[in-house]
Amino acid sequence: MIVAGPKLVELDGVEKHFGAVRALDGVDLMVGRGECLGLVGHNGAGKSTLMHILTGTASPDRGRMIFAGSEQAAYSPAQAKRLGVRCVFQELSLCPNLTVAENARVFHPGLSGFNWRRKAGRLIIDRLDAIFPGHGVGASDLVQDLPIGRRQMVEVARAFTVTDEPVRLVILDEPTSSLDAHSARQLLDFMRRVVADGVSCIFISHLLGEVLDICDRIVVMRDGKTVADAEASSFDRDGLVAAMGGVDAHVRDARAGAAHVRGQSPLRVRARPMRQAGAVELVAHEGEVIGLAGLAGHGQTDLLLAIYARALGGRGDLDVTATVALVAGDRQADGIFPLWSIAENIGVRSLARLRRGLLLSPRREDALANFWRGKIGIRTPDVHDNILSLSGGNQQKVLFARALGSDARIVLMDDPMRGVDVGTKLEVYDLIREEADSGRTFLWYTTEADELKQCDHVYVFRNGSIVADLTRDELTEEKVIQSSFEEAS
Amino acid sequence: MTIPVAASAPAAHGPDRIELRRLLRALLPALSLALVLMAIAWLNPRAISYFGFTLMLNLAIPIALATIAQMFVIAGNDLDLSIGAFVGFVGCVAATWLRETPLVGILVLLGCIAVYAALGALIHLRNLPSIVVTLGMSFVWQGLAILLLPKPGGKAPDWLLAIMGVKPPVVPFPILAALVIAAVAYVGLMRTSYGAILRGSGGNAVAIGRAGWSLLKAKMALFACTGLFGVLSGLALIGITTSADANIGNGYTLLSIAGVILGGGEFVGGRVSPIGAVIGALTLALAASPLLTFMHIPPDWQVAANGAILIVVLAARVLISRKDVER
Amino acid sequence: MMSAIGRIAAKPWIWSFAGALLVWLAAIVFTRGYGAGGMLTAALSLAVFTVVVGVGQMFVITLGPGNVDLSLPANIGLASAVAMTVMDGDDGRVALGLLAALGCGFAVGVVNYLLIRALRIPPIIATLSASFVIQSIDISYGRGLQIKPPPGFADFTNIQLLGIPILAILTVAFTAGAGVVLHRTVYGRSVLAIGQNMRAARLAGIRVGWIRFATYALSGTLGGLDGALLAGYFRGANVDIGNEYLLASIAVVVIGGTSVAGGKANVPGIWGAALFLVLLLTMLNTFGVSAGVRLVLTGLIIVAVITAAGGQKT
Repeated sequence: MIVAGPKLVELDGVEKHFGAVRALDGVDLMVGRGECLGLVGHNGAGKSTLMHILTGTASPDRGRMIFAGSEQAAYSPAQAKRLGVRCVFQELSLCPNLTVAENARVFHPGLSGFNWRRKAGRLIIDRLDAIFPGHGVGASDLVQDLPIGRRQMVEVARAFTVTDEPVRLVILDEPTSSLDAHSARQLLDFMRRVVADGVSCIFISHLLGEVLDICDRIVVMRDGKTVADAEASSFDRDGLVAAMGGVDAHVRDARAGAAHVRGQSPLRVRARPMRQAGAVELVAHEGEVIGLAGLAGHGQTDLLLAIYARALGGRGDLDVTATVALVAGDRQADGIFPLWSIAENIGVRSLARLRRGLLLSPRREDALANFWRGKIGIRTPDVHDNILSLSGGNQQKVLFARALGSDARIVLMDDPMRGVDVGTKLEVYDLIREEADSGRTFLWYTTEADELKQCDHVYVFRNGSIVADLTRDELTEEKVIQSSFEEAS
Repeated sequence: MTIPVAASAPAAHGPDRIELRRLLRALLPALSLALVLMAIAWLNPRAISYFGFTLMLNLAIPIALATIAQMFVIAGNDLDLSIGAFVGFVGCVAATWLRETPLVGILVLLGCIAVYAALGALIHLRNLPSIVVTLGMSFVWQGLAILLLPKPGGKAPDWLLAIMGVKPPVVPFPILAALVIAAVAYVGLMRTSYGAILRGSGGNAVAIGRAGWSLLKAKMALFACTGLFGVLSGLALIGITTSADANIGNGYTLLSIAGVILGGGEFVGGRVSPIGAVIGALTLALAASPLLTFMHIPPDWQVAANGAILIVVLAARVLISRKDVER
Repeated sequence: MMSAIGRIAAKPWIWSFAGALLVWLAAIVFTRGYGAGGMLTAALSLAVFTVVVGVGQMFVITLGPGNVDLSLPANIGLASAVAMTVMDGDDGRVALGLLAALGCGFAVGVVNYLLIRALRIPPIIATLSASFVIQSIDISYGRGLQIKPPPGFADFTNIQLLGIPILAILTVAFTAGAGVVLHRTVYGRSVLAIGQNMRAARLAGIRVGWIRFATYALSGTLGGLDGALLAGYFRGANVDIGNEYLLASIAVVVIGGTSVAGGKANVPGIWGAALFLVLLLTMLNTFGVSAGVRLVLTGLIIVAVITAAGGQKT
């Protein structure tokens, strides 16, 4: 719903360079009052840089910013806060060792004095109740004790808390990536209400469906420029993907892999989740792509880790008949070695094979890295560059290369496409199918229903056990959703 | 993919489990202390008395103060390897200047706190490893102490002796002092609004900075608190031992670190417990000497017993906790 | 040309060698060139002992934040006693004595790791507690022991080749080997991975438990070796022989450019830092300063050096 009104923020010809890289190459952007603007684009298109400029943590090399009619000459994070600009970044910015109320206090310097704790607690719980009814979070809960979905809720709610300065513009960068479907829905509903009340919003997401759902206007960025800017109703999914560039939209549909009649190829994994009551187990054969579905945090990751531990020689009532590699979804926590180069990050799973004699061979390591740079399409001039020089999507590709480049016959994937752009995803889907066809087995935990279409067989999880067991033919979105909310029999 | 759903919200498992874990975490140091007390009571029942506690816990006060001092820097993800030498130096100052020329003594002690704050600033601005900086400073404090008092000597100021010699009714002075120290530290770090910021700087410095707080000021505040409690520790120590010695504080560095950890603190993440730290200090003070004496451990093995007790107490903590902590 | 100089200067360990050079020059200036060579030789001799344990400490520290081996002094003391006892003044038993010292150090490392792993005690506390116990063992074991090293062994530790001590040459070779192990073996790569992100390392197939075990065992063993060598060089074992090496081993690792946060290690820097510290002490002794001033200056210079070098660029 578009509220035609005066403009809130206007960016005019903004440029930002990092050395030779033109992160923003002359961007014009406008956000109206009470408008929800969707911002989409591949990783590296300039969205993050643009947001940093809007929140004052980076300053443009050229161009103007006009906020509520007045030009901002000396913009800074403090000024942004004063003007009512809030941002929920992709990296969580809560202090895990503080309580929810204390984290609210961090955000509002004005909350001091005698009764600050109660005031802060009430403030944040208020917002949580408004956005995520039934959230189950307490003001004196330590953030580190909360599961990631709840942490995300607190993060989002905090952005909407108000003490001195009113909230005028909220920037949400992948806010639903850690939320389950139910909470995501709650957030989107809340945003609709809050936008109707006059707050402006910039919504960045790779989940194009969400963007199309709640945004009034959509801007597409590519290579540091805006390439499309129109009402949401004039776009559809394919149109957005095409505008973002670089990907053949038709490849989206999953290619049917070589027909696998289940049970014909050797058994690779047989595992029962710890909480499983009945006899249901997860079974995977060679060459299959098995999906793990259900709401986030319902035991999928635990089972993957149990399988991983078993393969490394742990005990347990599981059968794992081949070597295993894991692709992490939480890059920073579980995957990336930040001091290393791209080549070293790829090679770390294959160290034994990279040896010549007793010592590691740099030549073999480079060969492996270059091979995968070509095969999976890692956008980098040199595999010896530090891994952090890559965009998020390319970093994820490195993690895939690490697992696929090893000798593991079973690849476990722990929601690896979280926050990854569409282009990267499509490239990797094809690769997974190709690898499966040549004999590798994939166990794929994903929170995106779309990706389940890539799988031969899907197990739906709820509360730590498997509640549904769907073949590709039986696989429909409704079925998955339904099962996700059923109790285990 | 937006999924229209009208289902009930996910069940809230959270609150009960969170409460239980927090309770356990808080109780562990107390349980360790209880263990040690029970051992002492069993070996020598007469020690559990007003007089007994006063004697046994005498040295616990400076240890507790040093432990709180260490707790502040650990809350900011740093470590102070110089606290022992610093306490020794403060002791030397107390036994000389503070007695003879009080004004100079007070200025020097205040200056020391300022030096600590400056160190905090240096470490923050140049992004230095605190281990190395405080290692270097330990040499400096040690050297200054030796220059001030080449041989053990000096005498504590009378007012200091009077304070440390107080005999309150019913509750032994060390226990009273420990309660006060724990209360002050707890309120200061855990209950005040700025204390939350200080702890947050150890938990997620980037977030604190982004919210507009000065990380420089936070670091300086933490280090200044360390300096302050270090000064208090040195004063308390001299008040008990009456004369000073350049090496008197040498064991305090490792004792203070052990006390913070025993009290449930962790080296990274800004997770510390002031009350736990004080309890940890008391446990160590008891285990270090009185317990060993009662156990009739031969002097050769007293040092080993220290280590063994530390191990036993920490092992007990792990068994009770049963947390899957990745180390 | 300028960029090449810039790149060299940016390497942190260069600073430590530069510092060592400066200190040596300062000392020579003071003595007007007298004894310059002798100073270097003595420095090389003494630096050896710090470098040997420094390498062990480096691997431990590289494992990640919180990893440090505080049991070193007690370990060195005990190993020196064991070595001398086994050698029993007999040149023929030197090899046996060395083996015993290595074994003793290895055992210390194993105990350290067991405490860390089985009892989940933070390494700082675990190695500290272990050191208390080891100290007591050493005290009661070495009570009244006045065993001198076998003459051949003692002489060997003092031999020089063209003014360069043999021990120094061997240690340089050893350090080079350590560098190769760090950068070009599966073990070394694993240590670096664990130091950056232990969880990611585990998920990337690295046997975290075994690598940590090997590292603590290595550090312990090197401590044992150091104990034997020290007893030979200083012609006698005693409990306190290793006391100054705790702080020294940590200082040379960090000043030499290894990151305290783990995951990044620097081997040549250990030599630079060790020379720097030894020459610093020599210089101060040359200036004839008192103990107190010596301590203060040493401390201030350490702080100054680390400040100048700066910390990790985040």
